[in-house]
Amino acid sequence: MSQSNNFLQFEQPIAELDAKIRELRSVGSDNEMNLDDEIAKLEEKLQVQTRSIFSDLSSWQISQIARHPDRPYSEDYIRMMFDEYHELHGDRHFADDQALIGGLARLEGEPVMVIGHQKGRETREKVRRNFGMPRPEGYRKALRLMQMAERFNMPILTFIDTPGAYPGIGAEERGQSEAIARNLFEMARLKVPIICTIIGEGGSGGALAIGVGDQVMMMEYSMYSVISPEGCASILWKDVKFAEEAASQLGITSRTLKRLGLIDQVIPEPLGGAHRDRSMVADSLKKALVKQLTSLRKHSTDELLETRYERLMSYGVFQE
Amino acid sequence: MSWLQKLMPSRIRTEGGGKKNVPEGIWVKCNQCQSVLYKPELERNLEVCPKCNHHMPIRARDRLTRFLDVESTEELNPGMTSVDVLKFKDSKSYKSRLSQAQKATGEKDALITMTGTLEGKPVVACAFEFRFMGGSMGAVVGEKFTRAAHHALTHHIPLICFSATGGARMQEALLSLMQMAKTSAALAKMAEQGIPYISVLTHPTTGGVSASLGMLGDINIGEPKALIGFAGPRVIKQIVRETLPEGFQTSEFLLEHGAIDMILDRREMRSRLAALLCILSNTPRQSRLEANSEECTELPEATVQVTVDAVASEHTGPTIPDAVGPRSAEGSASSDGTAIGPDKP
Repeated sequence: MSQSNNFLQFEQPIAELDAKIRELRSVGSDNEMNLDDEIAKLEEKLQVQTRSIFSDLSSWQISQIARHPDRPYSEDYIRMMFDEYHELHGDRHFADDQALIGGLARLEGEPVMVIGHQKGRETREKVRRNFGMPRPEGYRKALRLMQMAERFNMPILTFIDTPGAYPGIGAEERGQSEAIARNLFEMARLKVPIICTIIGEGGSGGALAIGVGDQVMMMEYSMYSVISPEGCASILWKDVKFAEEAASQLGITSRTLKRLGLIDQVIPEPLGGAHRDRSMVADSLKKALVKQLTSLRKHSTDELLETRYERLMSYGVFQE
Repeated sequence: MSWLQKLMPSRIRTEGGGKKNVPEGIWVKCNQCQSVLYKPELERNLEVCPKCNHHMPIRARDRLTRFLDVESTEELNPGMTSVDVLKFKDSKSYKSRLSQAQKATGEKDALITMTGTLEGKPVVACAFEFRFMGGSMGAVVGEKFTRAAHHALTHHIPLICFSATGGARMQEALLSLMQMAKTSAALAKMAEQGIPYISVLTHPTTGGVSASLGMLGDINIGEPKALIGFAGPRVIKQIVRETLPEGFQTSEFLLEHGAIDMILDRREMRSRLAALLCILSNTPRQSRLEANSEECTELPEATVQVTVDAVASEHTGPTIPDAVGPRSAEGSASSDGTAIGPDKP
């Protein structure tokens, strides 16, 4: 089952069984001894173990899967889901932000605009991608591409995966707040369908800045939060050690957010998370996107915008 | 409120032979220039230190009633309160934090919205109460702001917002993040209808509010020396691990970097906003004699220095200090270097 050896701490029982099976396999292929029965038994045990661990994950554990270093990133999904993809660069004012990418693509032949946060795998790429934390020019590039999509009447698909917008000196100088605010303002009224999917980490305003749309979907083990559990713990508990507690209080999981009506759909992931079977996950996400696009296309622009507005207005619970 | 408790130094207070004939809380110390100030006078001066022009915090309700014409105000949705959907609990429960804040401030939540007139013209105005959980935006703040915007839309009148906030309210988790999208969408609707929105950023305005309704004004205005930014300076310091440039994230810094249109002294706010809104709606400005009778005391000369000093000199045109002030006969100039015409009665 495993494409990856990178196990999280709570997955240790799974890791141990996995290692044992590998060992037996290598011994079995060297020897004439038939270990198939033994292996089959262990594999069954592995299945049971995995299912039991994953049937009862805490919010904190889910946040770890959401940030797993092997988790598919935007570019992985783009490669697996689209027939064509032409990356477009730059905000036309200052720079090309590599933490937020986008470009023209075809989904089952249909032109779409794709926008997504991008984290890096290796150290050098992580730095180039700024760990997936965009600066104002990233958000302004995203806006430029989205407005281009509107001009050419093509739907916008966004993929969210960021710890948050970058809190740096330059980012403040160039108006991080304004860049995020402007996207929220414009996305509320763009005249084309917008589908947003949280694929990994949905970190606060930095996530929401490409997260306003007609449909908001979440991968099963992704997270979406107003503040990172660590940040919340250090402010409210005055100690980052309470991150686990903060994660559960913040209700950051797809299941909780679906129940609260803040997202529309949860895309199931295989046991162990998206990185255990990338092609399966890409396939189910693609199917969901195609289905949603087909149904959104049936609406007139006015209907689309009105429904989007009503949806935004409905957020929030209060008493009078 | 700690500055309010900082009363006159005890050695001065006991000068009257130990007799306590000075009522409690009648003296306030400016936390900038340390001058001891007479509280009623400070209030008359809109909580701006008459000695050094330091802008101290002002209560949201006072802000609005002093900004709008006297006896013109009517509060919108005064009874709206938060619901603890998540049963959030850190060291204290959200519920108890809420009731504590309500007791301490006398307000139901962190945003007050009102209709009223400004120099006779109807407007909607709202102000964040920073003392209420750091002016944080949850569902109530988002909804009240949105309704204020809808009121402005329905009646075709301008919206003005005074922000003072740390950002989204953590205890309402993602629901509070969504208020950023909600309020921004309402402002987009106003923009489509050509209804003016003026955002006044006061000390401090950061996080989710700055990254939504705060920065979306047709005109963005800062109060002098206010801290305005996306991330708080402490967070940035942790990330970049170096000392932050002087004046970083102040109104003056934002003006220099093009994020706000101007910096206005609190005591000029009424008059300048009225003038701006009249231009935006292409209407003549009414006589200012019948305007708010309780206009604050005149601006001392030093005000001009403060606001002008704050901005690098190349950004300002020539300013004539004597001709500045809401009550000056010849017109006024401000930190942005622009001047408005004479205010004829």
